[in-house]
Amino acid sequence: MELSEIKGRTLRVCALYPDLMNIYADRGNLLVLQRRCEWRGIGFELAGSGLGEPLDAGGHDLFYIGGGQDRDQRLCAEDLLTTKRASLHEAAARGAVVLGVCGGYQLLGHAYTLGEEEIEGVGLLDVRTVRDPGSRLIGNVAIDVSLEDESGPRVLAGFENHGGRTHLGARANPLGRVVKGHGNDGRSGLEGARAGNTIGTYLHGPLLPKNAWFADWLIATALHVEPRRLSPLEDSLERDAHRSARRAAGV
Amino acid sequence: MARLLTPKLALARAAGALSRLRGGGATSVPGRLLLALEPDALGALALRLDQGSVLVSATNGKTTTAAMAASILERHGVELVHNQAGANMAGGIASTLLSAARSRGRIAGELGLFEVDELWLKPVAAQLRGLRAVLLSNLFRDQLDRYGELETIADSWISALREGPARAATLVLNADDPLVADLGRDRDGSAGDGAGDDRAGERRVVYFGVEDNSLGLTGMAHAADAKHCRRCGAPYVFDTVYLGHLGHYHCPSCGRRRPSPTVRASAVTLEGVRGARFRLRVPAGEVEVKLGLPGLYNVYNALAAAALAVALEVPLADIVAGLESATAAFGRAETVTVDGRETRILLVKNPAGTNEVLRTLALEPGEHDVLGVLNDNIADGRDVSWVWDADYELLAGRVHSFTCAGTRAPELALRLKYAGVDPHRIRVIDDVEQALTTAAADRPGGGEPLYALPTYTAMLALRELLVGRGEAGSSWS
Repeated sequence: MELSEIKGRTLRVCALYPDLMNIYADRGNLLVLQRRCEWRGIGFELAGSGLGEPLDAGGHDLFYIGGGQDRDQRLCAEDLLTTKRASLHEAAARGAVVLGVCGGYQLLGHAYTLGEEEIEGVGLLDVRTVRDPGSRLIGNVAIDVSLEDESGPRVLAGFENHGGRTHLGARANPLGRVVKGHGNDGRSGLEGARAGNTIGTYLHGPLLPKNAWFADWLIATALHVEPRRLSPLEDSLERDAHRSARRAAGV
Repeated sequence: MARLLTPKLALARAAGALSRLRGGGATSVPGRLLLALEPDALGALALRLDQGSVLVSATNGKTTTAAMAASILERHGVELVHNQAGANMAGGIASTLLSAARSRGRIAGELGLFEVDELWLKPVAAQLRGLRAVLLSNLFRDQLDRYGELETIADSWISALREGPARAATLVLNADDPLVADLGRDRDGSAGDGAGDDRAGERRVVYFGVEDNSLGLTGMAHAADAKHCRRCGAPYVFDTVYLGHLGHYHCPSCGRRRPSPTVRASAVTLEGVRGARFRLRVPAGEVEVKLGLPGLYNVYNALAAAALAVALEVPLADIVAGLESATAAFGRAETVTVDGRETRILLVKNPAGTNEVLRTLALEPGEHDVLGVLNDNIADGRDVSWVWDADYELLAGRVHSFTCAGTRAPELALRLKYAGVDPHRIRVIDDVEQALTTAAADRPGGGEPLYALPTYTAMLALRELLVGRGEAGSSWS
């Protein structure tokens, strides 16, 4: 597809539970998507879908779900199952990007445990999150990620803070390999999960401001164009911020 | 007890002297050692205070509120033992008591005034025998890597107030923060009927709050928390939002409402970074207060200090005089001179506090020179995500120059770019001293002040620099 054709396009983003699942400054992720579209002349539409609201499977190119407090995440888990599961599966099946960060990542799996209780997730990713008597996994983190359309592995840097340990099922691929930090469970050396264009990760900080290259990959993938088709931007501050986050992780 | 305590006090004091000789500013060292030698030291020393003690906690404004309360109480003639340098964990409070302790079971002071870290409220309150009042002002999203979720802190506060000396203490609570106001429900007669009667006659709970519709925001701040009723889980309806999630609210499901405060501020006028005025109403009367500290957040701090004074039965004249003569706690709206340029230091450490500082700055006309220092040391929170929850958009179009410094300076710079600040007006100078010098020299000769917005450890570093240059007084007075 030619550059000129991308220019008139619009990225339609839907944030799931923006009032409840936003604990780690998740709006930074949305703001980065918005600005990087606008600066390229790509349209940007942001919709929110809260508790009890149906989800328009065909109406959005990218679905985002962030992290929340335990009580709020539980409310959202119930609502995802009752009002949004079918639409989210339909959207993912036609290639929309679904990005879950932290608590949102846990909700995209089969289930997660909260206290003594197992709470069902939407099952878009073949992962399961359990509690561990050990302490929370907290700190700066850097992972190596290999994505198609990229010439080689690239680094995602961020901050993780999770009590749950996420285990990958037989059909799941990790998003990346831990270079520094804890990752999914503090043991496997794996971080996040990916199935097609559905991606889950514990990296916040927020994720996209620290990794503008990945924001561009998501924009391109959601619009079904190759990332190199996106016009380059003046990214010196973005590169410095990425380096700063990597340095904090020791990479 | 006292006989056994004396040698431990001496040993802990010697350790403190040694630590200072080695250049440590750590005021909690002797107290931590004392607690290791004598786990009940807080209680044993607090018992020596004739008028008992009071505790002050909140996410934002602890140090300033305690400083205002100190100003009121000193005017009232009360001799205080006060951890004014802000060392607010058990060790810091023990150090403060230790340095006031005298021989033969005496202590230099009548009343203990201690600000306490949110997570330390429970263990400190459990030990502090003679605890008379607990002032709790607000709970905002802050340093999630250290404090965890807000509701976890609220739960620990509930259990702190149900146990030990705190059970007999008067609670002084912010009616406008639903998480905090709810802590009074067992005592204020509202638990059963939701009527929100604070029974001022019994003085078990003193609520304070703002009542001024002209100040209402158009909506809840992005980073607002506490959106759900602590009793039934339904979303609160906010009729007015003043600051973050502070305002007038009710639960449409169970009927829980904001308690009606006995200590109130109305007719609030914010005068940019210079100060604020409001009408203060307490049971004894109503009077105009002129604060030398800026912003609605300081009006809340003043109200909190006034409510604590009401709980301690201080007359209104002393309350007003104390508030009006209160000056900034160090690094909080403090004014210094750097290379001839007036520089105002405004501590920022979490989204709610930062938003209030940015709102206050935005009240000042013209374009501003700002020095932002973002550190990620443990006391700042290792996770710097929060800058994306703060509304730096308030400064878009209002920046003459923004100098970013500190351990995570590039990430602050990026936040500003996405907030709509012209990238040509943003510069990154990691080194704090160089950044300060450069920023101060930005508009020579102009009457415009430089605004320095440091995180906690950055504020300490900045002040150390200024003290070294003879441009500010010592933090550890």
